[in-house]
Amino acid sequence: MGIKEKILSRSIYVFHVSSGSCNNCDIELLDCLTPRYDIERFGIVLVGSVRHADALFCTGSTNRLCVPRIKKLYEQMPKPGFIVAWGACGSSRGLFKDSYNTDRPLDEVIPVDIYIPGCPPKPEAIIAGLVKLKEKILAGKKG
Amino acid sequence: MSYKPTIPIGPYHPLQEEPEFYKLVVDGEKVVDVDVRIGWNHRGIEKISESKSFDQSIFIVERICGICSSSHPITCVQAVEDIAGIEVPERALYIRSIIQELERLHSHMLWVGLAGHFLGYNTVFMWGWKYREPICDIMETVTGNRQNYAMLKVGGVRRDIEKEHVSYILTRLDEFLRQLDLLKGAVLDDPVIHARLKGVGILTKEKAVDYAALGPTARASGVDIDVRRDHPYAAYDRIKWNVITQSEGDVFAKTVVRILEMYESVSIIRQCLDDMPKGPIDSKPKDIPPGEGIGQVEAPRGECIHYIKSDGTNSPVRHKVRAPTYMNFPTFRETVIGQTVSDATIILAAIDPCYCCTERMLVVDTEDKDLMNAQGLIRLSQEKTRRLKDEMGIK
Repeated sequence: MGIKEKILSRSIYVFHVSSGSCNNCDIELLDCLTPRYDIERFGIVLVGSVRHADALFCTGSTNRLCVPRIKKLYEQMPKPGFIVAWGACGSSRGLFKDSYNTDRPLDEVIPVDIYIPGCPPKPEAIIAGLVKLKEKILAGKKG
Repeated sequence: MSYKPTIPIGPYHPLQEEPEFYKLVVDGEKVVDVDVRIGWNHRGIEKISESKSFDQSIFIVERICGICSSSHPITCVQAVEDIAGIEVPERALYIRSIIQELERLHSHMLWVGLAGHFLGYNTVFMWGWKYREPICDIMETVTGNRQNYAMLKVGGVRRDIEKEHVSYILTRLDEFLRQLDLLKGAVLDDPVIHARLKGVGILTKEKAVDYAALGPTARASGVDIDVRRDHPYAAYDRIKWNVITQSEGDVFAKTVVRILEMYESVSIIRQCLDDMPKGPIDSKPKDIPPGEGIGQVEAPRGECIHYIKSDGTNSPVRHKVRAPTYMNFPTFRETVIGQTVSDATIILAAIDPCYCCTERMLVVDTEDKDLMNAQGLIRLSQEKTRRLKDEMGIK
């Protein structure tokens, strides 16, 4: 474990991008930041710009309008950047698999490190997923 | 032609069922015009619904909006029941009302929290979201999921509210009510919040009628409309409750309407739990005949309408959805013009379109070469509150 991984895993700065989601994952993400679940105690903070982010939380079914934007955000992100696919839609497009406007899942657009399944994932599942993200960073595996 | 600096807001707007794109045209601090575009974040829900059976399309409409994830299914099943003329068992109607009011509670609480955040009261944000948790717990106990409840089916509901649940719901509601009292005092008696919200973003009664505003947005302007009373569905005509209206039409009135509606919701849930008759929860309908049906529901943001056309097969031929925010958006143009940029966030927030759009706001002031993002706009709004506090001598 190098010093970079050690520092990175202690305070993961997160940028949240929604790409055609139904809000639920976004609400649960905010819910995780508020007193009941409070993921800030693990050093996870939302940031306003992707250029400050260590991880990108992607919710939603990646519709056609979002795909170029997600790519651009990924390019702007400092590396190593970790991608977390949220919910059924982020992982596999979920219910919107057959829609004419969602032509590919998130992991065909950018490389995804962690999948958090659920519609929406419960805060407990989210915290479990973030612990796995931390382990992955500590193991020095770049996504 | 002179160039006017503009603020693009959006298009991605994660907390909203219909992400949209605004362009604020500003002259210094004043907003002089606004351009609204919707249709982003399009997932083709109506088309997917047409390829599914009536039973499956309820799950699709549930995912139109995460906050309204019981309003849309109720509207959809009402439209299907309208086609087939299905009688819904009495107990199922009461359960529908309970779920709908629980949803309203958590939606309005979420709104209060976010409004607090934009005003620079992060404590209100944290409180609001913390106090919303009892409602999420009730939802989890009764339906099995914190969001996306999957409670509705054509002809009834999927799950019953058990006897053991009733006492749990009542205890958690009492807890919620205590916290709501606290929050109401903190928000409505605060002189700074009065100064920030009163007289800001006024929507007159005439304009509210002209724009066909719905829900709390209209009721805060003195338009006395509520689908629950005007076209009763579920169990709303069997219990006593009031429609909350205010006459001012400003952001403060909208806040008051939402906070007072939460008290009404708690009272509706309690009455429903008391009066709920025993019996079946599902009338088990078999076939849906050809025809057309409309469902109307008072969602937390206003009236939600679904139109469904059936040709006698087991899937809809046409499924049209009109969410309440579609009607409320244009009022944003009416209310924001002439206001300052630092008030634009809270005026947009007041119609409850869910604000994640503000995280994508960008101010480009060509004269000052000033580049400002969402954080900057929220900071502007929060600084205004601080300035007011200093002027009033409040620590």
